[in-house]
Amino acid sequence: MDTGMDTGMGTTMRTIITDMFAYEFMTNAFVAAGIVAVVSGIVGYFLVMRGQTFAGHALSHIGFAGATGAGLIGLAPLWGLVAFTLAAGVAMGALGERISNRDVAIGVILALALGFGLLFLHYYTSFATQATALLFGNVLAVDHPMIVALALLGAITLAALAAIMRPLIFASLQPELAEARGVPMRFVSTAFLAIVALAVSACAQIVGVLLVFTLMVGPPAAAQRVTTALWGGLLVSATLALAEAWFGLVMAFYTDWPVSFCIAVLSALGYFVCLTLSMRTGPAQPAPAP
Amino acid sequence: MSIITADHATLCVGRNPVLSDVSIRIEPGEFIGVLGPNGAGKTTLMRAILGLLSPEGGSLKVLGRTPERGNPEIGYLPQVRTVLPDLRVRGRDFIASSLYGERWGLPSLRRRDADAIETTLDAVGARHLAARPLSEMSGGERQRLLLAQALIGTPRLLLLDEPLISLDARHQEVAIDVVRKICRERNVTVLFSAHELNQLLGTLDRVLYLGNRQAVLGTVDEVVNAAVLSRLYGTEIQVVRADGHIFVMSRGRDVERVDHMHDHDHGHGHGHGHGHGHDHAHHHH
Repeated sequence: MDTGMDTGMGTTMRTIITDMFAYEFMTNAFVAAGIVAVVSGIVGYFLVMRGQTFAGHALSHIGFAGATGAGLIGLAPLWGLVAFTLAAGVAMGALGERISNRDVAIGVILALALGFGLLFLHYYTSFATQATALLFGNVLAVDHPMIVALALLGAITLAALAAIMRPLIFASLQPELAEARGVPMRFVSTAFLAIVALAVSACAQIVGVLLVFTLMVGPPAAAQRVTTALWGGLLVSATLALAEAWFGLVMAFYTDWPVSFCIAVLSALGYFVCLTLSMRTGPAQPAPAP
Repeated sequence: MSIITADHATLCVGRNPVLSDVSIRIEPGEFIGVLGPNGAGKTTLMRAILGLLSPEGGSLKVLGRTPERGNPEIGYLPQVRTVLPDLRVRGRDFIASSLYGERWGLPSLRRRDADAIETTLDAVGARHLAARPLSEMSGGERQRLLLAQALIGTPRLLLLDEPLISLDARHQEVAIDVVRKICRERNVTVLFSAHELNQLLGTLDRVLYLGNRQAVLGTVDEVVNAAVLSRLYGTEIQVVRADGHIFVMSRGRDVERVDHMHDHDHGHGHGHGHGHGHDHAHHHH
């Protein structure tokens, strides 16, 4: 009978969930990944809108040098990440659009940063085991203090973003007019890169510096394919990022594949599904009002 | 009270004077066609009126005051240089971003503002663009969106920097008609820069012709003649009138057309030489 089937499936689902959450590291992983996914999906939305994804990528690589450097002097990698990405973000913003949007300059600097990261690792050999964790993330090792740190980082990031959101959108979409209206362009772009730096630092704790795009670019790019409305887009982006992070954890729990790999696969899948969807519905499809 | 008063004003881009010793006076409700070769200072003049750059010498008064950034009484259609190739933002949100865009905090839109956006979209016949993402609009459609945006609110002065670029002939007519109507009905002063004089002939009150670091303001007859334009282009210019049209020629070539080609070849630009009308003509031989 149908009811029997339902009960069976319900039981299976319940078993899966109890199985997973029987481990404290899984609970921690879900909380941490949840916080980071929402922050990444929202901040990444503006990164994609501004066409600055490459700058975000560079920040994460610079963060790698920061994290390994912090290890060298005995600090937690997270704070090295935050310090380096923040400094780099502010520097990029201060140098202006000419530098921060220039692929070659960014490419050279991110390669240099990775090089320094390697150097720091070289001198701090016992730290080398953590290299993989930094590069590809290690969400299953997240502990309680880390969750608190991520929550704090996330809260600061979103609060700062909320404070500058209106002029940020204006400056992104219509720089000439925004400048004429008195938007402090340099400040807004610098503040935004600082916000991206914080989001990247948090994101790197979950999926690693090499895979921050899985949560910061995949979901927002997918969201912008299915809706062109601002608030709708932010909502879809955050939800997608959250779903990809959580299903990635579930997938990893049952396959024993690395979590970051699972999230990367889901992120790519989400993007291509949305791309196909938007192409099928046709270009002139009006989006629902927010 | 004059809307714009320049008194021996000198405007520079970087160190280079683009316009020097300009004295003009523009009155309320005037439709001014702003013409002149590329690099003659059309955009620079508008930026000065917006308060984005101060005169190095002389004075400039706009609406009775020294220009300041962010004056809501000025509607501005910038010449768009930065177009993000894959901007998946719909037309309505694009316009909405400019409303109170300079204020901090989260974006929010009151009913009244949302209505104003619909009204202005209707005014330029661009309602269908409200739900379309910018990445799927043609250059002309984006231009109409920008025009709609410049008309929002109740500006007393409209600065339209090349609003006809990338519009097809029919939409150029529509754009000119819309601006003329606003100008006449609301007594709004309009500075309308363009490459071609002829389209504006039936509409404009006076011409502001820029070139060779100078600016000459007057009626079409006062300004568009061989003596004045030869001075502004720094080369011998002939003005030919035929069939209600005016052609500005340098050695048998149509200067406006050559200029227009130049624009498409090299994009928009400051920093081209001044008084090079002669050279321009040679570039395209």
